[in-house]
Amino acid sequence: MASKRTFKGIDHLTGRDKIVVSLMVIVPTLMVLWLVWLPAISSVLLSFTNWDGIGPLSGIKSVGLQNYKDIVTIYPPFWPAIQHNLIWLGVLFFIATPLGMLFAVLVDRGVAGTKFYQTSIYLPVVLSLALIGFIWQLIYSRDQGLLNAITGGTTDWYGDPSVNLWATLVEATWRHAGYIMLLYLAGLKGVDPSLREAAKIDGASETTTFFRVVFPVMRPINIIVLVVTFIESLRAFDLVWVINKGRNGLELISTLVTQNVVGEASRIGFGSALATIMLLISSVLVVIYLRIAMKED
Amino acid sequence: MTLASNPVAEREQALMKPREGGVRSGRRWVMPVVLTVISLIWLFPLLLALVNSFRDYAYTAQNGYMSWGGFTLDNYKNAWSQGDFGLHFWNSLLITVPAVVLTLFLSACVAFVVARFSWRFNLALLGFFMAANLLPPQALLIPVYRMFRAIQVPFWFSESGTLLNSFQGLILINVAFQTGFCAFVLSNYMKALPKELYESAVIDGASVTRQFFQITLPLCRPALAALAVLQTTWIYNEFFWATVLLQQGDKYPVTSSINNLRGQFFTDNNLVAAGSVIIAVPTLVIFFVLQRHFVAGLTLGATKG
Repeated sequence: MASKRTFKGIDHLTGRDKIVVSLMVIVPTLMVLWLVWLPAISSVLLSFTNWDGIGPLSGIKSVGLQNYKDIVTIYPPFWPAIQHNLIWLGVLFFIATPLGMLFAVLVDRGVAGTKFYQTSIYLPVVLSLALIGFIWQLIYSRDQGLLNAITGGTTDWYGDPSVNLWATLVEATWRHAGYIMLLYLAGLKGVDPSLREAAKIDGASETTTFFRVVFPVMRPINIIVLVVTFIESLRAFDLVWVINKGRNGLELISTLVTQNVVGEASRIGFGSALATIMLLISSVLVVIYLRIAMKED
Repeated sequence: MTLASNPVAEREQALMKPREGGVRSGRRWVMPVVLTVISLIWLFPLLLALVNSFRDYAYTAQNGYMSWGGFTLDNYKNAWSQGDFGLHFWNSLLITVPAVVLTLFLSACVAFVVARFSWRFNLALLGFFMAANLLPPQALLIPVYRMFRAIQVPFWFSESGTLLNSFQGLILINVAFQTGFCAFVLSNYMKALPKELYESAVIDGASVTRQFFQITLPLCRPALAALAVLQTTWIYNEFFWATVLLQQGDKYPVTSSINNLRGQFFTDNNLVAAGSVIIAVPTLVIFFVLQRHFVAGLTLGATKG
């Protein structure tokens, strides 16, 4: 049919090409629509209902904002969970992320053995958080753990609600710093060397050069690192779930949602309201991230 | 080799030299020492697990972890059988391989269309996929769980009769979540390919299918390799969906089966260490063998090549 085509530019498509191109877009789109966006919208809609998950969908009644009211007033784990998420964010933001940046700057100076330093620091990144929770048990366990053996204490680092969040955060920091280092290192490699050169010629010290020249030109990567930090602290789940399923001092919003769904006595409307709160917070972050990531396009 | 012909390399060299040893040559040793200390601190928990995985429980229970001795291989034997690792590694394989292949294929399709054609909705399309990648999975759990439980599938497709408790369901959800990141990385990569390639292909009468399979995909091999390594690690490490969507312990992939190592009344930490090492081995092997790809994959997304 198309044996004698004339060239009409590369965007011109034959009938069959059009079908192929449409399929290439439609199949993945439908999949993501079905498995990500539809559930996201459903979570929001269900959060205004009292569905217990047992009756038929037709029996759903709207209860307005009642679930949200209940969450903030009569649901004891909610405020601790919010607090823990904020502490998580604070630790990642003020400690883990700057630590990762510092490591990147140190490693980037190119002293001998860089490869070894770099590899050691980001080795935790290839391990799952669930596994990390297990590995650290050797340090934190009450009866045989290394920490108690050294200090002679009897603290149950994973069990005691006054310390277990902090113990967990040490692990999270251990992993997060490596991840940030990797992202930041890539950013540092992309900084135009002539900028540093110029600063050097002008007599700026290395510290000044970093804070006044390198750091500002790395603005896009700084924001990405920032958003990654926020998203990671909102999504924190695996670590506390393997330790004690997010109870007893380790409550996080993500674990509350999960507890309200898994198991038969589920409170769908209530859990959905918690999920919607998560979605709201994350959507702000997502918008910021997308704007940065796609700016150059 | 004439240095003058490569001004970038020359400048880099000139720049590296004075930075290498710090500001004053007298403090040349500071940086390596600091970095070595940091590295050792970072490696310590892993080394502790590695060493104690080879030690007898009775010995360390009596002498503590500060001691040295009581070496044995029994922990590995016991961990392997108690953790039923043969089964769980097989499960991980059945989940990870199709998920990675499908993710890469679908995201390559999306990326190809976005990069190859200059249409107005391209950016929105990419955003649609990427945002999906960033949402917290727990927030979508309720509808996904309910939907999977309600969807009946024939028994030849999944023994459980529904998408819940099936590998297929888990694979689909992993693919849906990961497609955004891969599509973004690949589309950036594909945009850098010269348009002339497609021009001559179109003049030669090559269909879009042929352009995709014979021009674009082969040229994207480095990016695909990097993403394959990264995705294999991520999906192998994926814990949340596997734990909530597969409710029978014998269907769990390795990462979710980790709790099998925990005794009901007491925990043999050396056994746990051995199990942890077993679980970590595949990712560590991938990491050390394909380190370049792993790092490239992670940073491709953040910094546009």
